[in-house]
Amino acid sequence: MNGGPILDVTGLVAGYGGAPVLHDITLSVGRGAIVAVLGANGAGKTTLLRTLSGLLKPSAGRIVFDGTELRGIPVDRLVQRGMAHVPEGRGVVTELTVDENLRLGGLWRSDRAAAAAALAEVYELFPPLAARRRHAGHQLSGGERQMLAIGRALVASPTLLLLDEPSLGLAPKITAQIMTLLAQLRERTGLTVLLVEQNVRSALSIADHGVVMALGRIVVETGSAALRDDEDLRHAYLGF
Amino acid sequence: MDRFVFLTLDGLSKGAVYAAFALALVLIWRSTRIVNFAQGALAVVTAYIAYSVTGATGSYWVGFAAAIVSGLVLGAIVERGVMRFVEQAPPLNAVTVGLGLVLLIQGILGMVYANDFRFFPAPVGQQALKAGDLALVSPFDLLVFGTVVLVMLLLALLFTRTRVGLRMRAAAFAPEVSRLLGVNVGRMLTLGWALAAAVGALAGMLVIPTGLGLHPTAMDLVFVSAFTAAVVGGFDSPVGAVVGGLVVGLVLSYVTGYFGADLTPIAVLVLLLAVLLVRPGGLFAGAKARHV
Repeated sequence: MNGGPILDVTGLVAGYGGAPVLHDITLSVGRGAIVAVLGANGAGKTTLLRTLSGLLKPSAGRIVFDGTELRGIPVDRLVQRGMAHVPEGRGVVTELTVDENLRLGGLWRSDRAAAAAALAEVYELFPPLAARRRHAGHQLSGGERQMLAIGRALVASPTLLLLDEPSLGLAPKITAQIMTLLAQLRERTGLTVLLVEQNVRSALSIADHGVVMALGRIVVETGSAALRDDEDLRHAYLGF
Repeated sequence: MDRFVFLTLDGLSKGAVYAAFALALVLIWRSTRIVNFAQGALAVVTAYIAYSVTGATGSYWVGFAAAIVSGLVLGAIVERGVMRFVEQAPPLNAVTVGLGLVLLIQGILGMVYANDFRFFPAPVGQQALKAGDLALVSPFDLLVFGTVVLVMLLLALLFTRTRVGLRMRAAAFAPEVSRLLGVNVGRMLTLGWALAAAVGALAGMLVIPTGLGLHPTAMDLVFVSAFTAAVVGGFDSPVGAVVGGLVVGLVLSYVTGYFGADLTPIAVLVLLLAVLLVRPGGLFAGAKARHV
């Protein structure tokens, strides 16, 4: 643990084989911050998260996470280092039960007692999941699936949570609940959250900073209050 | 009626072997979406290894253990050395590679052991026990049935009750998410192939002594039967594979018993065709709900 930023990205270029999707991304995320990554469809937000968690290999640039350069570290090793990525579309394994999904999140931990304690805590945090332990993932509602995906990431007791569109397809009330929960988690555990969202208002309601992406570049990086209040910025990049 | 009872019991015993072999196919299909066409040939390799080991030690059971262990190793080698390179490719690549492996393996076995039928003795009697005048099952049939049931129970326990089983299922259903959660998906695939090849080896050891004899192509017809069983079961369902195996065993036993053994190979193909025409998803295909 050091005092520097938990995530330090410099000159990142990445894509899917053809022309790069991300151009020269430089970004620094402080410990315990909630950073909203905003922007239109196709701006490269999801690609950014996928590159950060190693699912996509960058063609240039470096990612330093918690003091370690990530180049060459396999995806399945990152969770041990404290990075959790909840992918777009929630990533619940629908064929497995709620309990199996959650246990899966802690399987890498050699300390089984800590894994069990984290699991119990997640059940406490999400009572609806506790009531449906034996249900298969495909029997859950959209909100429950989102809880399950986030809860499963929390079983790993991460220091950095990458969340891709948690509000997708959810009712506003449930989205608000999830945002409140993230803010509470940050207060309690010092969790850092990188939050990709289409739903700008709810993301900015809990974020400290906002990063606006357009066409694979970061075009604005500022405090979330500024993004909320600066009408020109909102009109130019966020469309409201 | 006596004959019907005998044929039914015989069919269930054969069907148990097809079920095990089909289960091995389904294990690989579920995790890699590859139909392992080389599975029969791989099982024959392990049977030859067992043959050599049994010849050297005089014990069927030492040979049996050698077959299972060599199945594990062989499955891992085939996945790591060959199949890993076609897992992401179009399905036809894996089919071609699998069939290529069959030719390669059968060629090598022919060179090493010659293309002769070799007598492979069963560890226990194959004469049917009689209840009065009624011929029922042989001790070997009971051994086959008991072994297959035991293996299925062990596999079910492995997949539903252990940490590695949970990892294997997750890796098969959602490889990307599993990697994000710290599962080494590549290792799980290797393990899956190793397990499947070991189950295939076991099935080979249970079916080759039943009059088939040991020959480089000994498992070809068993493979077709097991493939049919897996198709009957829907290819995605372990329970379906088991039921499919028993169905195929029964059908073949009745055909052989009432119409003659000449028709057996054709009967398998007719059954396969019938299932594909009437219910291509298999009897156990549920409403397929693949969620994103």
